[in-house]
Amino acid sequence: MPIHEKSLIRPENLVTHDHLVIDGMDVSGHWSTFIEGRSITDYNENLQEEIAALPGGENIHRCWQCGSCTNACTVNAINPEFNPRYWIYLIRLGMEDELLRDKDIIWQCVSCNKCTYACPRDVAPEGVMKATAHWLELKGHTPKSPSTIFDEGFSAQVFQRGKIEDGLVLRNFLQDTGQPLRQPWLETMVLGLIRRFPVFYLIRLGLSTVFRPKTRGWGRARAAINEYVHEVEATNRKALGLDAKGAE
Amino acid sequence: MADGDYKKVAYYPGCALEGSGHAYNASTKAVGKELGLDLVEIENWNCCGAMEVKNIDPKIQTYLSARNLSITEEMGFDTVMAPCNGCYHNLKKAEYDLSHDDASVEVNDRLSKKAGHKTYEPGKVETIHALDWIKKAVGEDEIRRRVKNSLNGIKVANYYGCMYTRPRHIFPEKDKGPGSESTAKPHFMDDILAAAGAQNVDFPLKTACCGGAHSLSDSDTSTKLVLNILTTAEACGADVIATECPTCHTGLEMHQIRAEKVLGRKTNVKILYFTQLLGMALGLSPNRVAVQENFSDARPLLKEKGLA
Repeated sequence: MPIHEKSLIRPENLVTHDHLVIDGMDVSGHWSTFIEGRSITDYNENLQEEIAALPGGENIHRCWQCGSCTNACTVNAINPEFNPRYWIYLIRLGMEDELLRDKDIIWQCVSCNKCTYACPRDVAPEGVMKATAHWLELKGHTPKSPSTIFDEGFSAQVFQRGKIEDGLVLRNFLQDTGQPLRQPWLETMVLGLIRRFPVFYLIRLGLSTVFRPKTRGWGRARAAINEYVHEVEATNRKALGLDAKGAE
Repeated sequence: MADGDYKKVAYYPGCALEGSGHAYNASTKAVGKELGLDLVEIENWNCCGAMEVKNIDPKIQTYLSARNLSITEEMGFDTVMAPCNGCYHNLKKAEYDLSHDDASVEVNDRLSKKAGHKTYEPGKVETIHALDWIKKAVGEDEIRRRVKNSLNGIKVANYYGCMYTRPRHIFPEKDKGPGSESTAKPHFMDDILAAAGAQNVDFPLKTACCGGAHSLSDSDTSTKLVLNILTTAEACGADVIATECPTCHTGLEMHQIRAEKVLGRKTNVKILYFTQLLGMALGLSPNRVAVQENFSDARPLLKEKGLA
């Protein structure tokens, strides 16, 4: 199946003149559109190395640009701007400024793994997308995405108690992202449930608020995981050269 | 690895089945009981890491999953059954990582020791999905013999989602020719429900993504993806979408409602766990397989088809 990727020529680089004569030749109008040349001097030569240092990005160097990932991509099908092949290309060349043009959508990868399934070079593009989104946040190019806020809230529950309670995950996420708890679609769902089996629903809601699900004897695992998480954070920051700035 | 008959296996329900996927838990247990299969829940299990912890660090996810495998082994089982696609996927991935990636082995060993339990070593426990369990422990012939209330006349679109087949390398037993599951065109659920009398429609989006990972964090994308699945199932003539994953199931139900509220696109296809359909075919009441807990109310349809 052919894929239609976006043009690398942007509208602002296209120039047409209503009246222009060069060396006696009339080059006015649309038929002689000029493409403005550009030279790139601001390469970040460490970009590939930095992405590769974050979890998921390890295999980016293996890519040979076949485009199978973009062809298979779930998100690309609904937003052609979402283009894993192109981003891997930019990262490998060190074209950071170009990559930053798409910084606000890279986190939208839904982890369906179609790219990783299709990739003939074991790049694991899904991991590269996560590493890139992580890199953008660590470098301060983007705020924490809703996805990261969700992941962190969810993981905090797992690390704390060994298990999650999905009602609490939902409430915390809406709170952490400043969304009202009363979403119209959510109300419809809850009302539908209460109408059909009020007693069961209320009992379950009540129980889960009082007795949060947890794994017995989780304390030592919690301590071990928390210690490791701090180490990973420090390693990631060091790999991106962030500690020198003394941030956090 | 076990080549056992899967009649008695360890059971790993996972967090979702104790919460939003309660109906899947209830129907899986009910079907198991009806078919004379034994499920022994893993003692003191923990979350497998779902689709979130790996984004903090994949090795923690490997550890979380390996801890459950370690307990399974301690309990004397060589097979664990996980009905949730996410759990199934993560246990499989832990198995793969621990046999292929030294760094994962090291972190798992370190965390296991600090947490005070045995370090899981790959090859000790086989992880299977509820589909493998029904298909291999019982099989289509036996299901056909036991059907009391055929699903005759119900048109089903079988929806497997992402985590059951992708990425291929963590499922070494798949794509092994006749009798094995296919990662490109999975068919275990089709086989089981066909044996229960359902008429499977030719559904091209069996392994499409519902956007489950971003169900809440990027709802508009998920709603578009789900709407595509729902409308395609309807265009294929399906009355019901059969699911085998609590995240997919909840995602389809939630975004079916959201698509109607936000995009004004109403769809009528009903969403049921395959274990609910199978249970009713085996003669269990809709209440027993917790049909009343589903958001998409299938009871009028079931009544019309003589199942309720």
